[in-house]
Amino acid sequence: MPFAEERIVSSPDEAIEAAEKIGYPCVAKLNGDRIAHKTERGLVRLGLQSPEAVRDAVSDLFGAARPEDGEVSVLVAPMLRGARELIAGFLTDEQFGKVVMIGVGGVLAEAIGDVAFRLLPLASGDAESMIDELKTQSLFEEFRGEPAINKDSVAIVLNALSNVAIAESNVLSVDLNPLIIVDGEPIAVDALVEILSGVSK
Amino acid sequence: MTPPREGFKALFDPRGVVVAGASTHPGKFGFVALHNILSQGYAGEVYATNRDGGSILGIETVPSIDDLPPDAVVDLVFVCTPASGNEDLLRACSRRGIRAAFVTSAGYGESGEDGRVAEQRLVALADELGILLAGPNGQGVVSTPSRLCAQIVAPYPPAGRIGVASQSGNFVSSFLNYAYQSGVGISRAVSAGNAAALTVPDLLDFYASDDETDVSLAYVEGIADGRAFAERIRVVTEQKPLVLLKGGATSGGQRAAASHTGALATDDRIFDGAMRQAGATRAANVEEAFEAAATFATQPLPRGPRVGVITTAGGWGVVTADAITRSSLDLATLSDSLRDAIDLLLPPRWSRNNPIDLAGGETRDTIPEILSLVAQDPTIDAIIYLGLGIQSNQASLMRNGSFYPDHGIERIVDYHERQDRRFAEAAAEISQTFGKPILTATELAIADPNNAGPRAVRETKKLCYASSNRAVTALEHLWQHARWREQHGLI
Repeated sequence: MPFAEERIVSSPDEAIEAAEKIGYPCVAKLNGDRIAHKTERGLVRLGLQSPEAVRDAVSDLFGAARPEDGEVSVLVAPMLRGARELIAGFLTDEQFGKVVMIGVGGVLAEAIGDVAFRLLPLASGDAESMIDELKTQSLFEEFRGEPAINKDSVAIVLNALSNVAIAESNVLSVDLNPLIIVDGEPIAVDALVEILSGVSK
Repeated sequence: MTPPREGFKALFDPRGVVVAGASTHPGKFGFVALHNILSQGYAGEVYATNRDGGSILGIETVPSIDDLPPDAVVDLVFVCTPASGNEDLLRACSRRGIRAAFVTSAGYGESGEDGRVAEQRLVALADELGILLAGPNGQGVVSTPSRLCAQIVAPYPPAGRIGVASQSGNFVSSFLNYAYQSGVGISRAVSAGNAAALTVPDLLDFYASDDETDVSLAYVEGIADGRAFAERIRVVTEQKPLVLLKGGATSGGQRAAASHTGALATDDRIFDGAMRQAGATRAANVEEAFEAAATFATQPLPRGPRVGVITTAGGWGVVTADAITRSSLDLATLSDSLRDAIDLLLPPRWSRNNPIDLAGGETRDTIPEILSLVAQDPTIDAIIYLGLGIQSNQASLMRNGSFYPDHGIERIVDYHERQDRRFAEAAAEISQTFGKPILTATELAIADPNNAGPRAVRETKKLCYASSNRAVTALEHLWQHARWREQHGLI
């Protein structure tokens, strides 16, 4: 699964060091096992252009940590730009077992509701048919000066999710949201993984 | 557990039937069931039990199954007796070699805890006795190869190739009513009632290997184990198309979930994805379900998405083109050779594009000739034909007018009706010759079913679609399934 390069830091100084290596602009996010929805809590700082901006943002983020968040760190990653976002993931459904999803809209996905599901494991052709089932097909074509989305790359993400879901029985769900489309390629910039704790299978 | 095949033989093609609990009162199920079995042409032996004995509809009843004549050959019992006596009844049936029971009796799982216990006991007993148990609380079974109408409701449908299975008896009636109206017939139909033993997937399994059935049509609701259901459906669709109508699509909304994926995962969305994956055709409503099944039963699968539209009037073609464009079908681009060939048959004012609008330029043989040209063109996968019956509509007005048959009216009325019959027959023959679907759509199918056009479509055993958008929807279902078969190496 294609992920944006990320570095985990524990202080503003380390963050600046990481930012210098990754390049500007970059983003900083508060990170912790108990933090699920970063955007909703204002724990994502975008478009940081300078060492000073990184220092202020990272100091703020550590300050925003709550006691119930437990141990936290900060993730520094490049600021990816793309007009389009997708969401992909799998979950364990009571009725259907593990199911994989692709959807349009990234952080807007729930409002848009243009999604397709399949039962796992995916067979050959299943990932492609999920993508073709989405109603917003125009989003996959050339868009605002950006190239068409590489559907093969999206299919690879879905098949990778299928493989993880089958291989790792203790992983209950994975949320890749958003998958930002950069130059036509999907890149995951945030992931939420739900693991069944205390049970080994 | 899959029921044994001989049970299905007894249910659908019994050598003899006994109605248990036949009634002398024409309003009671026990009367209606006997009436329907006797009146629709069933050729096997028919018996009936009635506590008080006596004759009902010419059948000399016996007090119990044990009192049946020793030489009676009975495979199916149709049960209209109260639930309390049904266990003894099944044991008696078993002693007589009866292998299938259709139970209409209520008072089982649908009526509370005591009923649920009684139902479990009945299922266990039938299992022990080796009797295929349909119901309880079901409306009946129809099997046209045996002219069997063992049900407590109407109608008896025309014979055909659609196998119906439903958890709701009233949906069986709805589908059979559409079959009656359209002429596209039914092979078997079962209202599974509480489906305590024989379930809808069991029936679909049987239809998949049934020589009398080409496509299954099912209504389901409240599926308990989604994954097991999807796996059984897959086995069915690999053999034959299956059209599903599911109730409760809007219930079980979004769930509280930690992930965004979870929040988007409604029961219906997952079910929909599972059915697409399994190659089932999911219909949005009852008429769409029947029409999809009727199209699978009467048209070849398209080999591609490219549709040619042939119309005698512009507006119909435009609206049909819009519907095709909104679907996953493609409005075919006419090849130069096809355009040149049509040029030779029509005056220059024809559309010279798809939709092929004849613009009133047709003469006596034009429509069959153009249907044939378009059907054999390698860039066309399917045809929708509009405008059938329009002349017969005028003919009908003339036939019922005060000037008929004088002034040459009789001759022109006959000519128009003959022509429309010919066009409908040509559509069927050309479809058969080139192995491509040709769907005929006109509102006259319901506005005036006696119009010579729609009537002739019915006589060719095809569905006459009530509108072009309904034809597009049905054709799209066929294309989706054809593509699924192709992707899974099944064509």
